[in-house]
Amino acid sequence: MKVVVDMDVCKDHGQCVFSAPEVFQINENGRLVYVAESDESLRDAVEEAADVCPLQAITIED
Amino acid sequence: MSRRILIAGASMGGLRAAERLRASGFMGEIVAVGDEIHMPYNRPPLSKEALAAEVTHEAVAFRLRPAVADVTWRLGVPIASADLDAGAVRLADGAELAYDGLVVATGMRPRRLPTPGPARGRHVVRTLDDARALRGDLGPGARVLVVGAGFIGCEVAATARLLGADVTVVAPEAVPMRRPLGDDLGAALQRRHERHGVRFLLGRTVSAFLGADRVAGAELSDGTRLDADVVVEAVGSASNTEWLDGNGLDLSDGVLCDNALRVEGRAGVVAVGDVARFPNPRYDGVARRVEHWSIPTDTAKRAAVTLLADLALGAADPAPFAPLPTFWSDQYDLRIQSFGAPALGADDIRVLDGDLDGEVVVGYHDGGALVGVVLIGLPSAVARYRAELMRAPAAA
Ligand SMILES: Cc1cc2nc3c(=O)[nH]c(=O)nc-3n(C[C@H](O)[C@H](O)[C@H](O)COP(=O)(O)OP(=O)(O)OC[C@H]3O[C@@H](n4cnc5c(N)ncnc54)[C@H](O)[C@@H]3O)c2cc1C
Ligand code: SF4
Repeated sequence: MKVVVDMDVCKDHGQCVFSAPEVFQINENGRLVYVAESDESLRDAVEEAADVCPLQAITIED
Repeated sequence: MSRRILIAGASMGGLRAAERLRASGFMGEIVAVGDEIHMPYNRPPLSKEALAAEVTHEAVAFRLRPAVADVTWRLGVPIASADLDAGAVRLADGAELAYDGLVVATGMRPRRLPTPGPARGRHVVRTLDDARALRGDLGPGARVLVVGAGFIGCEVAATARLLGADVTVVAPEAVPMRRPLGDDLGAALQRRHERHGVRFLLGRTVSAFLGADRVAGAELSDGTRLDADVVVEAVGSASNTEWLDGNGLDLSDGVLCDNALRVEGRAGVVAVGDVARFPNPRYDGVARRVEHWSIPTDTAKRAAVTLLADLALGAADPAPFAPLPTFWSDQYDLRIQSFGAPALGADDIRVLDGDLDGEVVVGYHDGGALVGVVLIGLPSAVARYRAELMRAPAAA
């Protein structure tokens, strides 16, 4: 599963981190880092992360 | 036989309900009826970045997952009435739609001021069309009067300032955003707005709008008169439930639901989003509506399961539904984030970290227990406080 975050839109809210900590993390500088190629077993968690992102910055490109 | 679930209201709550029905295995027909002409879109940017840039549907539209590609959207027509005993709704264009299950997702609309005076130049911000109309009136030098000092009023004030408008906020309370945040944090945020050039005239109301065929100013309750080209009324909201009248429901404040989001006493009818009034056992168990963006997603997840169980298409979820309310607001470069229920801890507010005029964490306590946290900035502290709130349901 390919995960894309539009980093021009993302404002480092970090909401996604609570839904899918395996994929999304906030680094020491307060910026979002994420795993672009994630395991299929995490699809539900990543979909939830996409739902809760206030900026709707996350897309799953199958 | 294929069953039909009707979703009333085609916004975030309606969309999330459709997604969760599919995710929970419902294969029947889903029809979503909405009185706006637009496909579901995201409202928070309408007072923030979208209002500052360009208000287009494209900029705020929710993406549609493949799973909901076969949902039927009937847009631009409100539901006029419902007969829950018969399992049918009537649309304003006269069409009748029968259903097996119903999702109430009709949300809120802005309250309007009853104040006399011209109507042109007076705006509210709830829909894309509202924001588009307001955007057309905002610009450098426009004199903007925001009535109401809650989150939406303060966000619009900040955005209008960024666009070069001259902004005054009038509200009856003594400090902005007082009810959710408390006096000290509200006052600190007021100072930040003032530093950006927003003027506050608090402790008063508007007694009349001035002008002939268009707003030109306002007279306040203390006699002050001010000039204004644009008025934004941000004075709270009312539930869209009139279409449910006559079914014996408690519609005194949204739609009263049980903890599983089932509309009280009605199998096969659930409510989601802003309009759902449900008890949250994380707190005192009193049924409340929660107008936070996180709630349509949380409630849809549970409501879909409840509805499918009522229709004998799935198993009910016996676990208590106890979402952690989550809210944010952006004003200038400030990120305000709220977790839990600060309003329930309004009598015991403490600064937990940082200071009120910089980055800060404020804690709201009930009986000594932390029930809500508001952060300004400090993103690295979010996880810790959120975890603390998740761990400690304030056992009432
Ligand atoms: C300007 C603005 C800024 C916001 N900012 C934030 C923020 O920063 N953070 C945050 O947490 N929350 C914010 N919110 C709140 C958040 O957007 C709402 O909680 C969320 O939109 C609720 O979604 P909903 O689907 O329950 O209701 P709504 O979005 O109100 O949707 C209800 C839909 O039902 C339709 N409808 C009503 N009556 C009928 C009828 N009879 N027949 C058919 N359709 C009908 C309505 O037209 C509407 O499209 C903001 C809201 C606004 C308006
Ligand atoms: S929730 Fe959205 S905005 Fe926030 S960090 Fe994640 S992707 Fe970025």
